[in-house]
Amino acid sequence: MQADAPTVPRLSQRITDQAEVLSAPRRASLEAALREFETQTGAQLAVLIVESTQPETIEQFSIRVVDEWQLGRTGVDDGALLLVALKDRVVRIEVGRGLEGALTDLTSRRIIDESIVPQFRAGDYAGGVEVGLERMMQVVRGEPLPPPDQGWQDGAKGAQERGSSVVELWVLGVVAIIWMAELLGRRIGRMPAALTVGSVVFGLLMLLGWALLFSLLLAVLSTAASLFVQMLPNDLKSSVGGTSRSARYRSDGSWGGYGGGFRGGSGGGFGGLGGGFGGGGASGRW
Amino acid sequence: MRSLKWLISVFAVSLLSGCGYNTIQAQDEAVTAAWSEVVNQYQRRADLVPNLVNTVRGFAAQEERVLLGVTDARARATSINVTPELLNDPEALARYQQVQGQLTGALKSLLAVSENYPQLRSNENFRDLQAQLEGTENRIAVARNRYIAAVQAYNVTVRSFPSNLTAKVFGFESKANFTVENETAIAAPPTVDFSASPAGG
Repeated sequence: MQADAPTVPRLSQRITDQAEVLSAPRRASLEAALREFETQTGAQLAVLIVESTQPETIEQFSIRVVDEWQLGRTGVDDGALLLVALKDRVVRIEVGRGLEGALTDLTSRRIIDESIVPQFRAGDYAGGVEVGLERMMQVVRGEPLPPPDQGWQDGAKGAQERGSSVVELWVLGVVAIIWMAELLGRRIGRMPAALTVGSVVFGLLMLLGWALLFSLLLAVLSTAASLFVQMLPNDLKSSVGGTSRSARYRSDGSWGGYGGGFRGGSGGGFGGLGGGFGGGGASGRW
Repeated sequence: MRSLKWLISVFAVSLLSGCGYNTIQAQDEAVTAAWSEVVNQYQRRADLVPNLVNTVRGFAAQEERVLLGVTDARARATSINVTPELLNDPEALARYQQVQGQLTGALKSLLAVSENYPQLRSNENFRDLQAQLEGTENRIAVARNRYIAAVQAYNVTVRSFPSNLTAKVFGFESKANFTVENETAIAAPPTVDFSASPAGG
């Protein structure tokens, strides 16, 4: 019986503790430390503690989390996640692209092996998380990052929506044909105009080498549309010309788009800023 | 006035043919970018191998067979000249995937064998290399998944109506994708029989 993949929790704070191993004051102090760290360096560190990541491996779950949370600033990619799966007894540090220079796979592994795992083995989860974060922050401080202010400007851009909206272009095209048919219709009569438009469309599409069937179909549609529109009373015709803001679909395969969640203000909610991750970091068991 | 209408009609039709062109271009670029990431990570792994082999040889020289296996697999993996045309040729991609899978298998054998040598396992250098190798394997997995997603998006656009017509007009074809089934079969290392070893610590 295959369980469903665990859902990525919504990002609202720097420390998300689903297993409730951190006491409230402990968590508050860690949050404050991370917030201070972000103010000073711009880097976004976060913690996620879950019971289990089954049936996924911690690596699979981790990359899904950071792809959604988008910790770190767009372009700078200075985010990192400390992920603990309590029941699985596995911990992972997921490092954003921008921090990979300082927080290398090797360094992450050392932090886990030397600092976090010994504490976890002793049952002190809060202590392990704390010392792990401390070391991570220490290492990241050694990484030259752009000052915090600059990051905010970049965050607004994100990945631009690329690709045309197919539906809009189609509507535009058909409308242009109809309009042209109307102009023609005033000269040579309704039916001849519609037929001319239909055959012109057909001919040109065939010239372009498109399928016979498609050309025929579109020609028929254009003809019918031209006929129909010309039969409409005058005031209605103008409304047909409006293009519709139909669904724009995200058709690019890019990552690191807009930041998830909402912007972190002072003491307000916390949100990612569009940082990208490449799968760097390390995992460890205890 | 007649010529103006002809002009308009041609323009209107060309608008229709613009459907999906920009989308295809953007997704094509995304596929190329994702692919170069995959190649980079595979290369990164190949770069780790010589160091790893030398370290293991220092402690387990008698495992020459396995060591040679890794060295050979690496040579084969790096011998393939990766060009952008690879993406349009499913066979070439399958071949590339195969040699990389063989290197994966050879490395798994090497690590399995090294379990037999406690001195090796506790060697600082070896553990560092192991950490780096694990990190790289994860990056490869992430890069592959992203490539697969990018190719799927591109292929869907190139095959769906009406952008498939635009694709045909401009000569865009479906791109090759990784086959997951192949990979797991190829990467399975030969079973190395040894007495149960304690978990590393």
